[in-house]
Amino acid sequence: MADYTPHTEAEIEAMLGMLGLRDLDELFAVVPEALRLGGLDMAPGRPEPDVLARMGALAGSNRANGTDLVCFAGGGAYDHEVPPVTPALALRSEFVTSYTPYQPEVAQGVLQAVFEFQTLIARLTGLPVSNASLYDGAAALVEGLNLGVAAAGRPGVLMSSGVNPSWRSVARTMAAGTGHAIEEIPLADGVTAWDGASERAPGVVVVAYPNYLGCLEDLGPARRLCDDTGALLVVVFDPVCAGILRSPAAWGADVAVGEGQPLGTPLSFGGPYLGLFACGDDQVRRLPGRLVGETVDAEGRRAYVTTLRAREQDIRREKATSNVCTNQTLMAVTAAVQLGWLGSSGLAEVALRSAQGARYCRQALLAVPGVEPLCTAPVVREFALRLPIPAADVVERLVEEGFLAGIPLDHTYGGDDRGLLVAVTERRTREEIDGFAAAFDKAVR
Amino acid sequence: MTTAKAEKRDQVPPPAAGGRALSAPLLGHGTEPTLFELSQPGRSAWQLRTTGVPEVPLEELVPDHHRREGPLTLAEVSERDLVGHFTRLSHRQFSVDLGAYPLGSCTMKYNPKVCDAVAALAGLADVHPGAPPSCTQGWMELLVELEAVLCEVTGMAAATLQPAAGAAGELTGLLLMRAWHEAQGRPRSTVIIPDSAHGTNPASVTLGGYRTVTVPSDRRGCVDLDALRAELDDDVAGIMLTNPNTLGLFEEQIVDIAAAVHEVGGLLYYDGANLNAILGVVRPGDMGFDIVHLNLHKTFATPHGGGGPGAGPVAVSPRLAPFLPGPRPVRLDGGASAPGSGGQRYGWVTPEHSIGRIHSWHGNALVLARALAYILVHGADGLRRVAQLAVLNANWLRSRLSTTYDAPYDRPCMHECVLSAASLKRATGVRALDVGKRLLEEGFHAPTVYFPLVVDEALMIEPTETESLQTLEALAEAFERIAAEARAPEGPARAAAAPHATPVRRVDEARAARTLVPTFDARP
Repeated sequence: MADYTPHTEAEIEAMLGMLGLRDLDELFAVVPEALRLGGLDMAPGRPEPDVLARMGALAGSNRANGTDLVCFAGGGAYDHEVPPVTPALALRSEFVTSYTPYQPEVAQGVLQAVFEFQTLIARLTGLPVSNASLYDGAAALVEGLNLGVAAAGRPGVLMSSGVNPSWRSVARTMAAGTGHAIEEIPLADGVTAWDGASERAPGVVVVAYPNYLGCLEDLGPARRLCDDTGALLVVVFDPVCAGILRSPAAWGADVAVGEGQPLGTPLSFGGPYLGLFACGDDQVRRLPGRLVGETVDAEGRRAYVTTLRAREQDIRREKATSNVCTNQTLMAVTAAVQLGWLGSSGLAEVALRSAQGARYCRQALLAVPGVEPLCTAPVVREFALRLPIPAADVVERLVEEGFLAGIPLDHTYGGDDRGLLVAVTERRTREEIDGFAAAFDKAVR
Repeated sequence: MTTAKAEKRDQVPPPAAGGRALSAPLLGHGTEPTLFELSQPGRSAWQLRTTGVPEVPLEELVPDHHRREGPLTLAEVSERDLVGHFTRLSHRQFSVDLGAYPLGSCTMKYNPKVCDAVAALAGLADVHPGAPPSCTQGWMELLVELEAVLCEVTGMAAATLQPAAGAAGELTGLLLMRAWHEAQGRPRSTVIIPDSAHGTNPASVTLGGYRTVTVPSDRRGCVDLDALRAELDDDVAGIMLTNPNTLGLFEEQIVDIAAAVHEVGGLLYYDGANLNAILGVVRPGDMGFDIVHLNLHKTFATPHGGGGPGAGPVAVSPRLAPFLPGPRPVRLDGGASAPGSGGQRYGWVTPEHSIGRIHSWHGNALVLARALAYILVHGADGLRRVAQLAVLNANWLRSRLSTTYDAPYDRPCMHECVLSAASLKRATGVRALDVGKRLLEEGFHAPTVYFPLVVDEALMIEPTETESLQTLEALAEAFERIAAEARAPEGPARAAAAPHATPVRRVDEARAARTLVPTFDARP
């Protein structure tokens, strides 16, 4: 048996003696006899090296990017550069092993890092307020709907199918409790066909930029729809593409939500990631989750503290519009470090190089006989293709060649089972892309 | 937003100090400039891979009206400045690695470093979540194994690993409750919660589309069974309980509570915040619970990251398993013969009546991997010892401190004890908040204060099993010193002014809310 408790047997005896108890079991005398467990049906504990070996074996049964596979998959999780300095700072144990900053006098490190994160996200989105993070992109979307419906006072949601299908799925799950009426609007040639909407008085309109197919669509129609109906506009943005794209605020977003994984967090099989959430000053009292604000200490020195606490679940209880407590602070700190490392020029360069790689890769793949574009709208880092055979088969074949070819698209995107979503980041070399295109040519035959 | 404000944000933030920060450790001294004040235009740290991909101008790649409306200003710093800045920030942060963190209800135990090593394995960290199952068999085996041990620990039949935190687990549980009742023909409309519950419980109830009915605690600090019975009818969807409850007390009548709720067709939800107390001793499933969430970042020692990430898996009894979120990783019984398995042992399956997805992907996977490593190191006996020593430590502290502070419930506690500074406040004016702030300068984190709400001037202390007797003695002495000092002539003033020896002194929270400064650009 192994554990991390420091007690010696003599100390345990002494402590039990002070409590007037004979043994440790007596501590649980209040638990009804019939409920007490003989023991868990589990293997005995193992020393750390054994466990590390076992976990290493499990890890070895996966095919990881970098070592086994060259990554052309995106769909909400991207293989961007994470420099050694980012984990070296963000994974300092003071950040990793602290709790939520309930005592600001000894939590200025996390609080200031989150304040800087909020500032960076505000500058990126053009909106004045960002919270301290949510679980992931889907959670940020759901909170955006909750805020929008509460602000507009109407439960109707018009959601572009250009929003990540997994996130839409999460939104539908949550709507069972909130009663939101979500109408999903299909895409036509990669852009949202708002004309087909039947809801005439939505509370919220949601559109993604770039959308799931990687396409850039004009957000003007969505904004006008909001102006005509009094709905709030929620824009799903990507924090890397935002380095070169028109900001959510410039498009007239009331709320911007996104997935922050591209900002320094490894692919991690999908989590922990980072939900991004920004909004206008007018919505700050409906902001979900934690918010760090600047203030002063008793000596007038600059200090930081979680603020507008009266919004939060532990104070408002059943009247709260969000139940978020634990969030993804460590990933927010990671994003602050990563954006500090990139700066404005680095972020724009990552986005530009990704777009250059995507352009080059798209052209190479479209040169493969039988491969067609699924849509023609402009793209940045990601694009959709229609293949001559089912996309899932192509992905499996290319795994054997050392490539993760992309994410198969579902039928709703108009490619039957032959739609494939391909992402290219600044990390992909010309050699890798050339090799990928050559293997692709064989795989689709 | 006003134009003036918009313009302000587009400017390079003044002053560009160019890295003029104190290099001395800052604990207890000065302030650290923000990244934006360290910024010097033209400076940079980034370096990207040489790719050989043809360069195409931005103008040819992105149409005019899609390009950014103006220059983006983040912060321009060197790598050395970046390292200095975040290292100094880390020196202004208390953590478990630094010292004892007896924050009640949060289970701030030591986080074993072996779990960090697991989370850093490239074969786990560098796997794309959308990769086909042929590439992720190791991950799926890991998740299936974790699900099995969590079910064994809780006495449940199946679990979802998708919820990213405890509150997400609560909402998942309530949506499961709703789906189950709807399948029985009626969704029902209320959920019962004791007055000592965590705030996330009622907030989750509202988001689950239910109305909260609060039942009072009795004088012994447990659910008042008669009051509960009075609220029970066939419109009650279920009850959410924490056991041991937030007072650190075991609900001794749990079997009667379960029978009463089940009698009206309701379900029992177990809030796993306090599971550390009963690991390997008693299981929620055996108590009669139908739905259980676990906080892996509490019970199974995954680090809390300054506020997250956590992981809040939800385990259920057999009748609720068909409603679990999907897709979920499962062992394919048919092996190679299962349709679509491609000869693989693990695949993704969505349960028949699934409530749907609740996470973008598969949950906080690397947190889940850390938790499994922790559980494998401990095994059955190790987990039981965790609970035993957590409860021993809490009772030792309760016993030692209940002569100095009020003990509102004079009976043995479980993994945490709730004391009160009410008498101290009456005698000296020194409040629970002041006691917490004084403790900070004694080198300990403060306990949870003013919670649970049912105790006046509450001090909620959870030492956890990883603190030694010597640390407990030092902590107890600090509590006693603070109380004794409060009764001295200068004591109340000193307590009200605490802390002194911390990176900043007492922080003006009212000003932060009154004059909101949520970003550097909003500074007056």
